Amino acid sequence: MSSDLKYEKRHDGRDWLETRPIEAKAGVIKKADGSGYFKIGKTEAYAAVYGPREMHPKFLQNPKGGVLRCNYNMMPFSGAGERVRPGPSRRSKEISMVTDKSLVPVVNLDDFPNAVVDVYIELPQTDAGSRCAGICAAAIALADAGIQMKDMVAAISVGKVGDKLMVDLDYEEEAWGEHSGLVADIPVAMVPSTGEITLLQMDGKITKEDLLKAIEQARPVFEKIAEVQRQAIKDKFARWARGEE
Amino acid sequence: MKESKLLAKDKDIVTPGETIAEGMDFFPGIGTYRYEDRILANQTGLLHVEGKVLKTTPLAGRYLPAKNDVVIGRVSDILMSGWRIDINSPYSSVLPLKDATFDFIKKGADLTEYFSLEDYVVCKITQVTSQNLIDVSMKGPGLRKLRGGQFILVNAAKVPRIIGRQGSMVSMVKKGTGCQIAVGQNGIVWISGEPTSEIIAVEAVRKIEREAHVSGLTDNMKKFLEERTGTKLDLEQIKREAEAESAAAEQPRFQSRPPREESFQEDK
Repeated sequence: MSSDLKYEKRHDGRDWLETRPIEAKAGVIKKADGSGYFKIGKTEAYAAVYGPREMHPKFLQNPKGGVLRCNYNMMPFSGAGERVRPGPSRRSKEISMVTDKSLVPVVNLDDFPNAVVDVYIELPQTDAGSRCAGICAAAIALADAGIQMKDMVAAISVGKVGDKLMVDLDYEEEAWGEHSGLVADIPVAMVPSTGEITLLQMDGKITKEDLLKAIEQARPVFEKIAEVQRQAIKDKFARWARGEE
Repeated sequence: MKESKLLAKDKDIVTPGETIAEGMDFFPGIGTYRYEDRILANQTGLLHVEGKVLKTTPLAGRYLPAKNDVVIGRVSDILMSGWRIDINSPYSSVLPLKDATFDFIKKGADLTEYFSLEDYVVCKITQVTSQNLIDVSMKGPGLRKLRGGQFILVNAAKVPRIIGRQGSMVSMVKKGTGCQIAVGQNGIVWISGEPTSEIIAVEAVRKIEREAHVSGLTDNMKKFLEERTGTKLDLEQIKREAEAESAAAEQPRFQSRPPREESFQEDK
């Protein structure tokens, strides 16, 4: 393993602090109480929110306040050719849990004791950064469902490839690290108004200084993502006002 | 001190975490909160600037029961001494035997004779506890079982717009289509009439629901109804009639009966 391997320019021509193209929508699933769609590059996520509604099974009810329950699922055809085995897996359970924990700090369900807000995140296509896309879509869906939230949650991966710090690694960049050991992929979720970090996971290795620097220099990116999320909700109401779906 | 600045306009749609104003000269109301020297929204809603106070009215969200709301519910279960009523909310309600009817009900009587499963009723919320256990009553003017017609679900946050000021909006739809309409605060709407006019009334309610945040909705709806039904509507007259109706409702007709809820529109 040679440490003088260099990554001089990103393979798709992006800047180090540039995300892949983002597209966001709200109100994409009509039957749901709220829904969101978030596409970043080739990664697509749909989120549907149902509730607050009665919590079943009953033993999971919390008399002190409502519960947020997230479910992350990659569709069988969503990967890069290999079929993803459907159903819950170790990985999807973990991501469901961290998604939940990244959203809980902003939502206020105190008015809904014993109730649950269900968030279903489905990914029809993935190309790295799927948990971040899922969190972004879920935040749009929760806001669209009229849930009280003190802020949006914006999520994106930051990391290091070779000797360069960057944001939003795609699959090519992430996979390069598997054997070289020179890649760190760090999904981060942030509450933009306060700068609180609600998700921080890592694959690979990075020094403490680089980690702090990578997150610090990505802060404006989170604000931009939150802006896209907010615009998605406003676009829905503008669409409705024009009499469109 | 920094100068205060309003970053959004009255009637703008604001989203969670959006900065509405900077500086200490503005105050947070319902749906907003202060963070450091800024005022942020904490739910998706329509912004109201009332002097220095910034409020939002929600544009989405499930129905949260409140005392004295008149709602439309579905009988979902029959209990030992009452009925369970599903009121399109995260919590179901109970209609106790004593509040169900003026009749004397013998012990062990078959309760389905009064209300059976899948019946729809107009009822009034009499009690809500801190844990959101809900009691409803059927005793009161306009509270009754609904027969025939169809039920549609709308977002409870849009109900005030569907009813309109003193019932003007729902009166217009009734007048335009000739249907009987009952709107529950919980977002269940009952519509009964000729099959073709029922369809128009459903479309009209759906349109109001989707365009609730648009100003000039009354005129849009007038145009829509006139186009679909081919009859002219007199807005002034409808408004007068709706006002008279709600004024009459404030006068108790019988002493034992409480005044009718202003927010709930009983069909004629």
